Amino acid sequence: MHTKTLQALASALADKSVSSVELTEHFLKRCREHNDNLNSFITLTEETALAQAKAADDARAKGNAGPLTGIPFAQKDLFCTKGIKTTCASKMLDNFIAPYDATLVTKCQDAGLVSLGKTNMDEFAMGSSNENSHYGAVKNPWDTARVPGGSSGGSAAAVAARLVPAASGTDTGGSIRQPASFSGITGIKPTYGRVSRYGMIAFASSLDQGGVFTQTAEDAALLMNVIAGFDPKDSTSADVAVPDYAATLNDSLHGLKIGLPKEYFAEGLDSSIATIIENAAKTLEQQGASVTEISLPNTPSAIPVYYVIAPAECSSNLSRFDGVRYGYRCEAPNDLEDLYKRSRGEGFGAEVKRRIMIGTYALSAGYYDAYYLKAQQVRRMISNDFQQAFNDVDVILGPTCPTTAFKLGEKTTDPVSMYLNDIYTISTNLAGLPGMSIPAGFVDGMPVGMQLIGNHFSEAKLLNIGHQFQQVTDWHQQMPEGF
Amino acid sequence: MSTEWEVVIGLEVHVQLNTQSKIFSGAATAYGADPNTQACAIDLGMPGVLPVLNKEAVRKATLFGLSVDAEIAKHSVFARKNYFYPDLPKGYQISQYELPIVGKGHLDIVTDNGIKRIGITRAHLEEDAGKSLHEDFHGMTGIDLNRAGTPLLEIVSEPDMRSAAEAVSYLKTLHNLVTHLGICDGNMQEGSFRCDANVSIRPKGQQEFGTRTETKNVNSFRFVERAINYEIERQISVLEQGGTIDQATLLYDAAKNETRPMRSKEEANDYRYFPDPDLLPLALDDEWIESVRDTLPELPHEKRDRYQQAFGLSEYDASVLVANKALAHYFESALDNTQAPAKLVTNWVMGDLSGALNKASLDISESPVSAEQLAGLLDRIHDDTISSKIAKTVFEAMWNGEGDANAIIAAKGLQQVTDTGAIETIIDDVMAANPTQLEQYRSGKDKLFGFFVGQVMKQTQGKANPQQVNDLLKKKLSS
Repeated sequence: MHTKTLQALASALADKSVSSVELTEHFLKRCREHNDNLNSFITLTEETALAQAKAADDARAKGNAGPLTGIPFAQKDLFCTKGIKTTCASKMLDNFIAPYDATLVTKCQDAGLVSLGKTNMDEFAMGSSNENSHYGAVKNPWDTARVPGGSSGGSAAAVAARLVPAASGTDTGGSIRQPASFSGITGIKPTYGRVSRYGMIAFASSLDQGGVFTQTAEDAALLMNVIAGFDPKDSTSADVAVPDYAATLNDSLHGLKIGLPKEYFAEGLDSSIATIIENAAKTLEQQGASVTEISLPNTPSAIPVYYVIAPAECSSNLSRFDGVRYGYRCEAPNDLEDLYKRSRGEGFGAEVKRRIMIGTYALSAGYYDAYYLKAQQVRRMISNDFQQAFNDVDVILGPTCPTTAFKLGEKTTDPVSMYLNDIYTISTNLAGLPGMSIPAGFVDGMPVGMQLIGNHFSEAKLLNIGHQFQQVTDWHQQMPEGF
Repeated sequence: MSTEWEVVIGLEVHVQLNTQSKIFSGAATAYGADPNTQACAIDLGMPGVLPVLNKEAVRKATLFGLSVDAEIAKHSVFARKNYFYPDLPKGYQISQYELPIVGKGHLDIVTDNGIKRIGITRAHLEEDAGKSLHEDFHGMTGIDLNRAGTPLLEIVSEPDMRSAAEAVSYLKTLHNLVTHLGICDGNMQEGSFRCDANVSIRPKGQQEFGTRTETKNVNSFRFVERAINYEIERQISVLEQGGTIDQATLLYDAAKNETRPMRSKEEANDYRYFPDPDLLPLALDDEWIESVRDTLPELPHEKRDRYQQAFGLSEYDASVLVANKALAHYFESALDNTQAPAKLVTNWVMGDLSGALNKASLDISESPVSAEQLAGLLDRIHDDTISSKIAKTVFEAMWNGEGDANAIIAAKGLQQVTDTGAIETIIDDVMAANPTQLEQYRSGKDKLFGFFVGQVMKQTQGKANPQQVNDLLKKKLSS
């Protein structure tokens, strides 16, 4: 049952061949069995999950079910959930229970999704390996000696191991697409502003965007129908009409113009991955698309720009964790300054502190112009590169990551090499564009994702391409052994 | 030889805008609720919450900008001012920094030397912080976040004021304006209108400014004057003893009448301002700005011009009247209810009435003599029923609650004597009773004319019409 896609489970629920309670119990059992190994959940909410499943079955019995009513789901532990701990995988929030639900959580509940729990992640979404968690690293189901990617590693591993049919994630510099690639599943980061950020604990406000992990593009489309839309509680959310993402999945790819950015096939890319992406391009060509080479000349600046802007915003966003109103407070502070210094010093992990310090430096008097302002200018140039490219092509195709999943501990002592893993995903966030990673092959038994990048609000097109690709490939149907 | 010092003052005024809800959340702004009962998740700086700008705060800021003839920015930006303090829940204050909503404008104030135009540098929107409560917590500090997120308009003046009195005049004029516009309740005790004073001194004639100090949060007109004067004296004394002024933030202690350092330069914060990525730039279009302009009430300076043109008041008189909305209203009510000319009304409102109010420390809104009552008195002066001198007696009686002018005049028999025959009889008596003075006068001692006027007025208990007395006396004495 757990190998089924979300779409197939929805059909099974609709024709009453299975109940939500049965599904929920089944997936909860899998979570319990495998969580010790994978560590993909921080909190399992079995009781509330079963209550929600029961409610879903009741609704269905009364004829009040929506298309996804009763489907098990999991929330990245950065979305605030009323009455249920929201930790951001930080000691700082180990005791934090939000008094409200994030908009995305409310939308999922309204659609009848059953939340099994809160998934593990890099602390405050800062990391590319899910090793920066107060609750321990998450393992990659394809090889538990390897990382699942980050920061949404718990959600990715849980979906890859079929512990849950789908899960939410957030993506600030690749935190959905990179773990989707490493874990052999589908992950979409929508256009900035497409999904409300209200209740998403902020890392870098101008880059953060919520999205989902699924087995297939079709499943992602069904969930996009749930989570997308304007939210008056988020001033940066876009008041742009939401299409039915499932309606265009079967559109033909004839006439589609795909661009391969030459900068994404340059030094640093594993040659086997390059071959896989080129093969994927050929597949799409066979489906009627045309493929040309394009250039995104400012790509090399993306990582430096990102590592000024994201830490700058994070240094301010994380100021509220001060030990005063909620969260971790140090023992017996001597005075106010001591309270601040020790609560934050003890409550935050190393990577979070590193980024707060980088960001504080970048915003300081005398450095602001040289770092933050300059980074914003270059960000605009990166964005312009994309707009230039979209004059000639409809979508951009490339690798999601330069490598497959690396080993646990392999990069923990070298933050910069860790940062470089996000080289193909970061530009998309800087430009606010939608991006999606879908499985495209394997190298040495580890999955490889290909990335599709579209213009603003072109999620339907990306999902259409992904779905068509998945009609003629079976990479997304591969499952790790032992699950 | 002692230096002659020039004082330079610029003021930053924090005006709480009287919106129903907070600037970035839906929580109520009402004053005086139990601690932390008017703070929602957003005001508490909960993880994941986001600000949404209150349109009414923008409208009120715009209304202010238009009223001081300032340019309204069509593109303004909210920025984060980062610092740690327990009553600042997010660890940053959302404010405006490089691009404020209101640009350069000006405000005319009344000084001892006439009208003076004070430049307004800018005005920007920001959120208020909460309050730290240091009493009753057994050595700890309590935090009340009810005030957190209350909309503030920070109005920054140019360093155009040259004395504490000018600073107070500016504040009163500004206070009158924001209450007149209905954008602030003006309650200074509750902190709705708070002032920071930047003060420096320089030798008279010197072009560059001296080092300034900033005295924070002085919350009454009287304390502003005292705090600034204290600071001026302190700076003069430091400089004259060969010392230097340190740029510092000071706190005024009203009880001790002194300023003392709040924080020194060493601890100065680097606020790391940057545009708030949670809020889009604020874009206003002409049509909207004009729709706000259409709602502007008659502004004090427009009222001043009208008083000058329609009633022939001097610029000074008109300025004094319009500097207080309630006073202007009183003046207009009195004028509406009397046949007396505007000049007479002005003289009484600004003279006897204001004097009596000042003496009793009463606001015009608390005046025991209503505008209608004053109008009744002025009518009797105007139709010569009583003289100006007798009017003062009637006014005093009105002030003491003895009724309106007609009743008092009747009850006390204060009606002016205008009967020529009666006055002539009294003159004859006076001349007969003072033969020596009469002879001296007739032999050229003109000054004695006043003596005879006095005697006649004394005989009539001041009720004789002074002009008639003059005319008749002249005739009789020279005949």
